[in-house]
Amino acid sequence: MTTISTPTIELKAYTKKELVGDQPTWCPGCGDFSILATYFKLLEKRQIPREKIISIAGIGCSSRFPYFVNAYGVHFVHGRAAAFATGVSLTRPDLHVCVFSGDGDAYSIGGNHLTHAARKNIKMTLVVMDNQVYGLTKKQTSPTSPIGFKSKTDLTGSVDHPINPMKQLIAAGATFIARSHSHMPNHVADVMDQAIGHDGFSVVEVLSECTEFFPGAFDGANPRKGGAFTLVPKEHDVTDEAGAYKLAMADFPGYFGVFLKVNRPTKNALEAGLINDAKSKIGTAVPLEMLQKSFDRFA
Amino acid sequence: MTEKTSGSTGVGGITAAPNKQTIQDVVIRFAGNSQDGIQSIGGLLARLAGRTEKDVMTYMTIPATISGGPSIFQVRLGTGDVLSAGDEVDILVAFYQHSYKDNIQTLRKGGILLYDSDNVQPDPNDKTYRTVGVPITSRTVEAIGGTAKDKGKNMFVLGLVARTFDLDMPKLEAMLQAGYGRKGEDVIRNILGAFHGGYAYDIGKLMETFEFRPQADRAGKKKVVTDGNQAIAYGAIAAGVRFGAAYPITPWTSVMEILRAELPKYGGMFVQAEDEIAAVAMACGASYAGHTALTGTSGPGLSLKSEAIGWAVMAEIPLVVVDVQRGGPATGLPTNVEQSDLNIARSGSHGDAPRIVIAPGSVEDCFYTTVEAVKLAREYSCPVILLSDQALATRVEAWDMPDLKKHVTDISPTFEPRGPNFKPYENTPDGIPHHAAPGTPMVDGKYPIVTGLEHDEYGHPASRPSNHAMMVAKRRRKLQMLSLKLPPPEMYGPPEGNVLLLGWGSSRGPICEAVDRARANGEEVSAIHLRYLLPLQAGIQEIMQSFNHILVVELNDRGVYGYGQLGGIMRAMYCDPRIRGINKTDGLPFKVREILDQLHQRLPAVNTAGMD
Ligand SMILES: Cc1ncc(C[n+]2csc(CCOP(=O)(O)OP(=O)(O)O)c2C)c(N)n1
Ligand code: SF4
Ligand SMILES: [Mg+2]
Repeated sequence: MTTISTPTIELKAYTKKELVGDQPTWCPGCGDFSILATYFKLLEKRQIPREKIISIAGIGCSSRFPYFVNAYGVHFVHGRAAAFATGVSLTRPDLHVCVFSGDGDAYSIGGNHLTHAARKNIKMTLVVMDNQVYGLTKKQTSPTSPIGFKSKTDLTGSVDHPINPMKQLIAAGATFIARSHSHMPNHVADVMDQAIGHDGFSVVEVLSECTEFFPGAFDGANPRKGGAFTLVPKEHDVTDEAGAYKLAMADFPGYFGVFLKVNRPTKNALEAGLINDAKSKIGTAVPLEMLQKSFDRFA
Repeated sequence: MTEKTSGSTGVGGITAAPNKQTIQDVVIRFAGNSQDGIQSIGGLLARLAGRTEKDVMTYMTIPATISGGPSIFQVRLGTGDVLSAGDEVDILVAFYQHSYKDNIQTLRKGGILLYDSDNVQPDPNDKTYRTVGVPITSRTVEAIGGTAKDKGKNMFVLGLVARTFDLDMPKLEAMLQAGYGRKGEDVIRNILGAFHGGYAYDIGKLMETFEFRPQADRAGKKKVVTDGNQAIAYGAIAAGVRFGAAYPITPWTSVMEILRAELPKYGGMFVQAEDEIAAVAMACGASYAGHTALTGTSGPGLSLKSEAIGWAVMAEIPLVVVDVQRGGPATGLPTNVEQSDLNIARSGSHGDAPRIVIAPGSVEDCFYTTVEAVKLAREYSCPVILLSDQALATRVEAWDMPDLKKHVTDISPTFEPRGPNFKPYENTPDGIPHHAAPGTPMVDGKYPIVTGLEHDEYGHPASRPSNHAMMVAKRRRKLQMLSLKLPPPEMYGPPEGNVLLLGWGSSRGPICEAVDRARANGEEVSAIHLRYLLPLQAGIQEIMQSFNHILVVELNDRGVYGYGQLGGIMRAMYCDPRIRGINKTDGLPFKVREILDQLHQRLPAVNTAGMD
């Protein structure tokens, strides 16, 4: 849409402290804390004007994120944050849109919206805090729960084949896809920074432990717990979709880092192009004149 | 054909010249297959009427299947107010045997069957109507130069009709040139060839011809001719809407097609979403971001949008949701009309979720209610549901050119700094919130979060019992304030009498015509039309008190307890046992006769006026 100029009163640089919103309601040790801390760090580094930051979420423990950031934020309905963010992103190119989601929110109830925001390459960054369980509703099987996971909805262990988020995102057409682990904050910061800098639909899938309902889920990927945190091989070409898919096929704990980064025009840019084309045809006509012309054709 | 001054509904014409009758209006039904271009004859006639100070209303059915099949277009042309598409057909133009068979029952006694004698063999024993055979197929082929193709029959018929009704030839020709000229020399030559062929056919030898009685007060008023969906789409543009999102569904789709093509000119866009939930979510996002957005759908999509509409109620975000109703539930009747989404529109979200519901009563009204919907959504910061329907969507009407200067509005967001101590949801007497679109600087450096959780005046989640009660009341109070400002319901006929018909939406025309006919017959019948379905207009009860019987006329089922959807609401509202219903669920618009028949059935004594 037409560029919007908004007044800015905050000219001085801000620090992390000014970004702190409500006291997080997460359980002690919850992996989501480290993602919040990283977000503060990145915003401080980038000095995006605070009134231009918008955090959007659906419903879940992870989706409480916007309350904890002192900037504009929206707590929408379960699963539809990416669609809501699409409306924001397309109408407000001046805003910096970040969506925070959980594995249930993004891959189950919101799976369709994720797919379409990705294929349309809507300019936004989506961070999925994947704990492989439903946290907020207290331990039901999630679409990423491993087979055999014992939850309140699978007392004898989950039987359903889990979603592989990386495969899903590659197939959907997301233009930036990375994988990280909340116990490795520097790594989270690095890939999130790249995601925020990407012009298009960027996703960071972060393994984020639910200490309450699925403790130890990601120990296998945590070197401090004797696990293997294997980085995406240096020689991997991030524009190679098939190569990215191969990385995604590795068994747990798999690879961490940027799987895919390709340039494809965003819907934001394509729609702006349609607007420019249309405007160049009509010249300087104002809305009243254009509308009158349409009605004259009906006369 | 009616001659209004005599009030009769039979063939009432004054003979002006031998074989030439003057008429007030006429109902012509064209019946063929969808590939015959039946719609374009109707459309052209409607536009011609608009340009020649005739009123017009059309009614069409389009087959639900895409592969062609039977199709009709009914047009009623007149020089008075044309309120409905007409109960009975004066002239049936039948292209095929099946067109004749399926539609002959709509032809009135003494009406004219004009049939293609190359394809149709009418029942020779049926003497209830007159038959006029014209070899439409072979004459068309001849007229366009002897190719074996019968494309162009519609234009031949248009020519026949132009001759029969003494229509303005130069104007029609100019419209054909304007409409088809771009398609190339050959096309336009064939079209004009067929058209002139029809006009030259000496129909006057076979039947009488007609001319319309001129109507003085019509002259000089510039008219536009559109269907209801066009009126909605351009109404939204006039009101300043620059973003929308939707998923295609009949009969809503053409609104989004128009907006998708038009909005870029205005610096906006319309997004085809992956489903209706995403569409309403995108619209919520854009509205939140400062650009009041529109989404639209038909019944099944409205069901899907319910949760997010509830979010917009809770977060108090302006939002316009258009529902072009069709028959339901489930996939129901995609290409038929019903007024059965009133309940879901009024209360179709979980929780106490007050929103505004308004319904247009005509094609013209589709434009104005859309403009108003946008205005109300912004003024009261809540969802507004606009209940149109399939009949309005597909019907073509001529209406007065709107004064666009009065309606074109710029609603782009503003960003004056806010605070300190900014309370978007302050509990004020009018309950109206004051949002800050993202981008608005906050002087004390505290930024609001907008949430679907119950929240306090700052927007912070708050589940304290007293807070929820306060906020529920605040959201409800907005509508109570609005109801005080609404104009009284529109009255048709005297404000007192025996029977009051109460209707909403697209039934307005047939209801008003029913009042006309009943009154011409000496019955004391009046009507009120409810444009606002939530909140309701004040003054309804006072009007009802001046009548003995109250009948709520609506295209939905009488329900388990004997009332339709609005009827039930009226009963609950006014606890008035006199309220009963006139309902119908055949998927077709009300015929005037159907309203009167039910009225007489339910009130056998109604013919004795003023029976108290
Ligand atoms: C329409 C709807 N269905 C169900 C719920 C209940 N619900 C809230 S959050 C949630 C699952 C959250 O899981 P996830 O997205 O993985 O987030 P986490 O809490 O694990 O961070 C469910 C089922 C809801 N709020 N709305
Ligand atoms: S329940 Fe799990 S996901 Fe939710 S806050 Fe606690 S640890 Fe985090
Ligand atoms: Mg989860």
